Amino acid sequence: MSAGSGIRNTNTDTWGSFDDNLIQGGGRGGGGGSAVIDMENMDDTSGSSFEDMGEMHQRMKEEEEVAAEAAATEDDNAEDGEFLGMKGLKGQLGRQVADEVWQAGKRQASRAFNLYANIDILRPYFDVEPVQVRSRLIESMIPVRMINFPQKIAGELYGPLMLVFTLVAILLHGMKTSGTVIREGTLMGTAIGTCFGYWLGVSSLIYFLAYLVNAQITMLQMLSLLGYGLFGHCAVLFITYNIHFHFLFYVLWLLVGGLSTLRMVAALLSRTVGQTPRLLLCGTLSLLHMLFLLYLHFAYHKIVEGLLISLEGPHLAPIQRVARDVPDLILNATGRTLGASMMVHLGSTGGPLRIH
Amino acid sequence: MAAADDASRPFAGLSDVSISGDISVEGDISVPVGSSRRDDEYSTLDEPVKETILRDLRAVGNKFIHVLYPKRSSALLRDWDLWGPLLLCVTLALLLQGGAADSDDQGGPQFAEVFVIIWFGSIIITLNSKLLGGTISFFQSLCVLGYCIMPLTVAMAVCRIVLIGGSGTVSFAVRLVVVTASFGWSTFASTAFLGDSQPANRKALVVYPVFLFYFVIGWMILTFSPSQ
Repeated sequence: MSAGSGIRNTNTDTWGSFDDNLIQGGGRGGGGGSAVIDMENMDDTSGSSFEDMGEMHQRMKEEEEVAAEAAATEDDNAEDGEFLGMKGLKGQLGRQVADEVWQAGKRQASRAFNLYANIDILRPYFDVEPVQVRSRLIESMIPVRMINFPQKIAGELYGPLMLVFTLVAILLHGMKTSGTVIREGTLMGTAIGTCFGYWLGVSSLIYFLAYLVNAQITMLQMLSLLGYGLFGHCAVLFITYNIHFHFLFYVLWLLVGGLSTLRMVAALLSRTVGQTPRLLLCGTLSLLHMLFLLYLHFAYHKIVEGLLISLEGPHLAPIQRVARDVPDLILNATGRTLGASMMVHLGSTGGPLRIH
Repeated sequence: MAAADDASRPFAGLSDVSISGDISVEGDISVPVGSSRRDDEYSTLDEPVKETILRDLRAVGNKFIHVLYPKRSSALLRDWDLWGPLLLCVTLALLLQGGAADSDDQGGPQFAEVFVIIWFGSIIITLNSKLLGGTISFFQSLCVLGYCIMPLTVAMAVCRIVLIGGSGTVSFAVRLVVVTASFGWSTFASTAFLGDSQPANRKALVVYPVFLFYFVIGWMILTFSPSQ
């Protein structure tokens, strides 16, 4: 029984098995069980180098020590039945020593081991083929008109993660083509913060709303859905950062951004029941998603460009002197545009929202 | 009789093996191997510091050559080190820092940024390859990715030299060609080393973040312009 529970625990905490053994007093099978589990882990983490092997070896050694300690305790308990007074004391001592060794071993191996353990936990979400990723990228632009039956949403994180990183790179590219070589670190941090903040923040928000209105969607599916929805953003931003043509941006914004938003909305609609919940969820999502694209385009493209023009563009020297003020300016300016575009957009999307 | 011969022959063979007095010799052989290895380990204590440093530098230089001729050799993977990547990373960051080393508000973030991008980028790529089921260890992957920055570092040096001549269309064209070539080189080399450790069907998924990583670094190099 103890071995069984230990094996079930392998992914979360290997040491749990030993704990169980100690507490349950699982007797003879205890040491063997934990050793078997350790071997399994060795296979899982697929150590192929010396530092891995060294670490494994150390872990195995620690475990062996602990197992030996525990076995000794148990043997004593079994043999010295007549010394009833000693039994409890020895058991406690053994347990204490074993605990200490366990703690030391855990501390020593914790850093690298935690990494591997977490990787094992995350691995299923990255279990994809290139063909699957490609088809999901294409599907993210194709809204499906099927809202009576829950649509299938793949719970996968590779594509979304890579799309977010791509978006970060595209944002950086946009900043640099608009001529801002200054304060790169801040811009880089802003790009990463914006993309990850949007992805995680909006996913959490929509998941929370979905939880409130009892929609059938998990956090993982939400992350995947929104992450693949960023494909449209990547495409639009990549094109419009290179081709400075506002009409083109608005067309692409409505077309590509609209398509990817529609796809997400359709998927959400199919998993929600009732008019008001649907309106709430899809309204929030489409509003945020479309506004985000608008924000990314104008905040990191036009305003930075406008800033450059206003700070006498051809000469580079003044820009560098003004560099310190850039974050404030960007913040103020983006805040203002965001507010303005929000108001405009609220007015414009108010119509479609009411229709839903 | 024939059956008895057949039956006895394998036994005869076995007895030949077991009877021979090699067992004691084998034991003798194993002892000198252990002692000689111990001697080797101790001998590095006695050697001059110069020799030690030179040996390490030679190892690093050897790996540089491996990056220049990426021929699927496992030398980069077998004995990894992080000295080369550190050296390349610091060189690249210093070169990217620009001539504005004295104006501290320019230099600080730039150096730190390059440093952070390279190391965190490598770590993310490594984690990604582990998540996709790669059989390469963490530091091996860091080592390969770090060493494969070398073409881009060289491109950076070339760009600095070209930029001394002036920053016109011609110089931009030259820099574009150099950076593109070194970007392709870096990606190709790292793929050659890392590709074998991945499941064959997922190579594209592993290569994509590597591509993005070197692309961002290449872009930083291309858009670099020295301040005054």
